[in-house]
Amino acid sequence: MNWRGNALKFCDVAGLPALEPFVRLLAGEDVKEQLKGIAKFVVLPIAAVAVFLMLWSAAARTVVTDSMRLPSPTDTWIAGKELFAMHTAQRADDRKVKQEKAMQAVEYLAQANMVTKQAEAATGERKEKLLANATVLKKKAIQAANYRPSSAPTFVDQIITSLKTVFVGFAIATLIAVPIGVLCGMSPWCNAALTPFIQVFKPVSPLAWLPLAFLIIVWAYSGTKPGETFFDKAFLISAITVSLCSLWPTLVNTTLGVASVDKDYMNVARVLKLSWSQQLFKIILPASLPLMFAGLRISLGVGWMVLIAADMLAQNPGLGKFVWDEFQNGSSQTYARIAFSVIIIGVIGLVLDRIMIFMRNLVSFGDPQAA
Amino acid sequence: MSIAVLDRPRSKAIARPAPPEPLVSMRNVCKGYGSGVTRNEVLRNINLNLRKGEFLAIVGFSGSGKTTLTKLLAGLELPDSGEIVMENEVIKGPSQERGIVFQNYSLLPWLTVRGNIALSVDRVFQHWSRGERRDHVEKFIEMVGLSHAVHRRPHELSGGMRQRVSLARTLAMKPNVLLLDEPLSALDALTRSVLQEEILKIWEEERQTCLLITNDVDEAILLADRIVPLNPGPNASLGPAFSVELDRPRDKTALNHNETFKGLRNAVTNYLVAVRQKSRDDEALASESAPIELPELKPRSLRIPRGRAG
Repeated sequence: MNWRGNALKFCDVAGLPALEPFVRLLAGEDVKEQLKGIAKFVVLPIAAVAVFLMLWSAAARTVVTDSMRLPSPTDTWIAGKELFAMHTAQRADDRKVKQEKAMQAVEYLAQANMVTKQAEAATGERKEKLLANATVLKKKAIQAANYRPSSAPTFVDQIITSLKTVFVGFAIATLIAVPIGVLCGMSPWCNAALTPFIQVFKPVSPLAWLPLAFLIIVWAYSGTKPGETFFDKAFLISAITVSLCSLWPTLVNTTLGVASVDKDYMNVARVLKLSWSQQLFKIILPASLPLMFAGLRISLGVGWMVLIAADMLAQNPGLGKFVWDEFQNGSSQTYARIAFSVIIIGVIGLVLDRIMIFMRNLVSFGDPQAA
Repeated sequence: MSIAVLDRPRSKAIARPAPPEPLVSMRNVCKGYGSGVTRNEVLRNINLNLRKGEFLAIVGFSGSGKTTLTKLLAGLELPDSGEIVMENEVIKGPSQERGIVFQNYSLLPWLTVRGNIALSVDRVFQHWSRGERRDHVEKFIEMVGLSHAVHRRPHELSGGMRQRVSLARTLAMKPNVLLLDEPLSALDALTRSVLQEEILKIWEEERQTCLLITNDVDEAILLADRIVPLNPGPNASLGPAFSVELDRPRDKTALNHNETFKGLRNAVTNYLVAVRQKSRDDEALASESAPIELPELKPRSLRIPRGRAG
């Protein structure tokens, strides 16, 4: 019966109470009790979603102006399918073009080889001419082989860009916030010195940060041409805006976590006479991980929320830009597409949150909290 | 203030051979917390000699400063005045020489049973090879009977098992003095009696100098060579020592019918109760000394005065 215990533990740690009744049913526990659990965690949410969809349809019929109307759930679904179909079609096209180019490259190379052979046979001026021809052909081949489709980013590309941006921003934020948080938690003096900054900058909106991030990136990238740098300018501006906003929850929670390490653990460390670094890595950090991860979870949530706004303003080709461009285009599909991307943004946010809960539960031994 | 409420009731016992050198001694130790008005004196004029190889128990009611006393001995707190000397050196901080078992186990929740014990072994015996340290850890896990649970984390263990881990962790450090700060008081009665016997067994094997702090008189008599009652605080001080003249190895069930055991239990309990009563009386007396005098007033009429402040 050990699989049952492990499965239940997984449900608990992963924060998936919906799976629990099914596991218990499989294990042959009291059926009535489990049906109750299924009703609560599965049937009820589905019913709630159904009610919401009905209300939405009703609203879609009511909210209509001359030029615009609220998209119904069906419109949204169709728009979403279309977006993904467009993505697949585009990818297929790209692949086709790429294949053609590859064939071309092979052809060019074959020609070049032929010309080189001819050149070997020839002499004098003709040889030089042929060799020059061969070089030109080789260059063409390389160009064709390195061909990159330059089509506009599809919806899926934009999702990927958004995820990349948020992760880069979140990583920068974590790298800054965790060490400073540990420092503040360990030294009340340091904390007192940094508290004013934290208090003042924490509530600032991303839109206010963005121009400053823009300035810094433009300064850092002055003297380079687009395409030369590893990161795109707009991408970095978005990422830095995200990190400036998602820094604070991690910082505050890490400080709290480190400052509130159980005194008993510290007594253990003192009796063992652990060195400073041993205390930090063997006692303080592991003890403050649960709170730190609670902070990281909030940070990632904030980061994802901020990213959409940052994308819109910085013109980073992510989901925010997609929504903004659609709004500016004003085709018949506009609002359905926006509604669809709203749902996608929400779902991705949910998944990111779940991942963070899972990680937090992994590091909080003994008391994984359902959240 | 050394209270002489009762004469030492049962200490007429046989004169022992000259006591061995004290390993740890506390001289006129005072300790309090806070400052100014909120100053709270916990211990006053504590004098205690812990002899080499003896098992000393300190018995007291909760809140009488027992934990402060252990912390002082461990070096986690420093005395306000007086000094604590171990092997001719004044204690100025915690040391691996004095292992302490905490009341609330203080196990690190992210480490397994082995990890918790290995943490202290790896630290204390840095110069040993990896294999030696691992064998040492295994030996102590086995000693407390947890070989089946080496990979479990503290939250998967019962209270008794946790305290075993904590005990093994401290014993594995091979300290010169073992300080047990109410190690069993958070456990249920059955687990408690099992662990008492185990501590007794382990101690009889190693004969380590040991100081047990407890609120259980039976436990103290079962385990200790000498019992020192702690008079209730604030300003707690130590009472007269009772020596336990019971042969080792001791057997818990047999002891229940032993006259010496019964007499000693009554003596210690009576002493503690009497001391607490006295301290309460003193407190009551102190609060009675300045009663607020109320003026004796009697209303002449109960009617509400009219026609004023119209």
